[in-house]
Amino acid sequence: MSDELQLPRAARVFISFVALLRSNGFAVAPEQTTAFLAAIELLGPRSLEHIRQAGLATLAPPPERRATYDRLFDVHFRGSEAIERAEGEDEETVRLQEEGRGGDEPPLADEANESGLAAARAEALVERRFAQGATSDALRLLAREAPARLPRRRGHRRMRARRGPFADLRRTLRDSVRNDGEVLRLGRLRRRARPRKMLLLIDVSGSMKARTEENMKLAHALLQAAHGAEVFTFGTRLTRVTRALRLKRREQALNAAAHLVSDWDGGTRIGDALQAFLAVPRFGGYARGAAVVIVSDGLERGDVSTLRDAVAKLSRRAWRVSWLTPLATAAGFQPQTEALIAIQRFVDDLVDGGSSAAIVAHLLSLGTRRAA
Amino acid sequence: MAVRGTIVGIDSPEALEKALRAAYYLADEGLATAAYLSLALGKPLLLEGAPGVGKTEAAKAIAAVLGRKLIRLQCYEGIDASAALYEWNYPRQMLAIRQAGEESIDIYGEAFLIERPMLAALRAPDSAVLLIDEIDRADQEFEAFLLEFLSDFQISIPERGTLRAAEHPVVVLTSNRTRDLHEALRRRCVYHWIAYPTAECEARIVMMRASSVAEATARAVVAAVGKLRREPLSKAPGIAEAVDWAEAATLLHKGGARWPDAFKRSIGVALKDEEDLHYISPRLDALIAEAAA
Repeated sequence: MSDELQLPRAARVFISFVALLRSNGFAVAPEQTTAFLAAIELLGPRSLEHIRQAGLATLAPPPERRATYDRLFDVHFRGSEAIERAEGEDEETVRLQEEGRGGDEPPLADEANESGLAAARAEALVERRFAQGATSDALRLLAREAPARLPRRRGHRRMRARRGPFADLRRTLRDSVRNDGEVLRLGRLRRRARPRKMLLLIDVSGSMKARTEENMKLAHALLQAAHGAEVFTFGTRLTRVTRALRLKRREQALNAAAHLVSDWDGGTRIGDALQAFLAVPRFGGYARGAAVVIVSDGLERGDVSTLRDAVAKLSRRAWRVSWLTPLATAAGFQPQTEALIAIQRFVDDLVDGGSSAAIVAHLLSLGTRRAA
Repeated sequence: MAVRGTIVGIDSPEALEKALRAAYYLADEGLATAAYLSLALGKPLLLEGAPGVGKTEAAKAIAAVLGRKLIRLQCYEGIDASAALYEWNYPRQMLAIRQAGEESIDIYGEAFLIERPMLAALRAPDSAVLLIDEIDRADQEFEAFLLEFLSDFQISIPERGTLRAAEHPVVVLTSNRTRDLHEALRRRCVYHWIAYPTAECEARIVMMRASSVAEATARAVVAAVGKLRREPLSKAPGIAEAVDWAEAATLLHKGGARWPDAFKRSIGVALKDEEDLHYISPRLDALIAEAAA
């Protein structure tokens, strides 16, 4: 028996490739390894390309990590040097310089943003000191209340109910068999409520610097409470961080997200970021019927009309669009910046996003609101 | 694992690619390899890709190559076992109970069972290809349920017992990736991500699908569609749109329209979103002229 457990020499190089993939964060199950070996045997293999294709088909690396897979393959089988290329260069990141309209405008430094914010900033700072200690309380509140208070919608799956619009024929038949085929009571079904999709878009540009870390923590807490949520960050790029933030432990998740996002504290092109978001069909689908929450100060460097069109499009797709800005600290806030004035009529809520407590309060209030 | 090696005379990815071409489907090396492995290893084939890259067509072509009938299960939110697997014909059962009177009757007989796609495929594994289309539209409960089916290829009907497939049926799953599928599902399948084809390949697809289209037209349309896909549009044109556009432009041209005009007037079959049209219209002339050059 022990002879059979000994791996053939030729197979070792493939097994060690799987190990290499695993150590680089690819999830490969034992049955996939078996399939990988069987596939190589089936294909001959007559060339390295066969082995690469067999790996792609059976080990199923996610498409956005395809570049990493190819690199590891080259390192392992072709013995090429391990050239460190940025992990972020994958499908989950959309660079706005390429994708955006009016790409001729260079991403600017944020001096203008900083000065424009000066007054509001001073005000916000005072409040933030207060909010700092309350952050963990706010996140705890979110975790506790989320199941009951995040928005829900009517699902398409039916469940047994005392009353409801549909007849439960299966149950009715079973009951009737007990009564010699006499139907005494018609079982009923109704549609089950399910959590509504949520989409959180976080501005991580320089002008939001002071709030960025708190916002990421909040995004993590939201994803832990609502598994169907999607989180993106934007500045000069658009990055999907959902997968990273799904990790349970907060530090681990935030670290993983920090590696993905490469435009922390840079410039802002909100309009282009939202356009880019809508242009990727997979991303754009996340907004359909979702509660969309954008956390941004709305200090737009790019063209205001681009931003307006993007928000208009988003609002038509989404169930409800909320724009949370740190500038709206007081009730009855009237936007002053050109960008916020332009989008005001397309967003359903334009409210305070200056503290975690305020954001959590708004998220939890969404459940009681109706579609706009 | 049931390794078969050869299915209807196909013993390598190259042979499968050739057979698929005979069925009017151009597969690249990656797809041919994945499809061949899925057939040979007896594992389901999971195809992911943007809308309109030909995922469903691939399944149809595979069915044609194998000479089997395609059983299609279109997924949607809330799809459950009674729509995918089997359903009892309740009204008929109730009538039967009434008619039987004092006699005993088996209301769980074959006559009362309504076969749904998955059961149909399980009962005829050697004469059908099961296509589970747009699995990302189904909810997670269904995905979990599917997991069980795809690993053991057996179904238990409480009233009748467990049904097991004599051999693993050929199953193709497609997903538009509107959400991430569960890792466990990806693990059970042979996976392939279908990207948009190269311009060269797409031109050949257009000519193969629309025989009336001239080669120059096909190339121009493919070049224009390639440019459109790089624009931030809410719905980028897929391969089907490229074929339609080439066909529509050819039709207008035969009706007397001049070339650039024929492309421009038939743009509606390629771009089907008012905003996208509005966004692209100022540059449409230049884009078409560039593509036709």
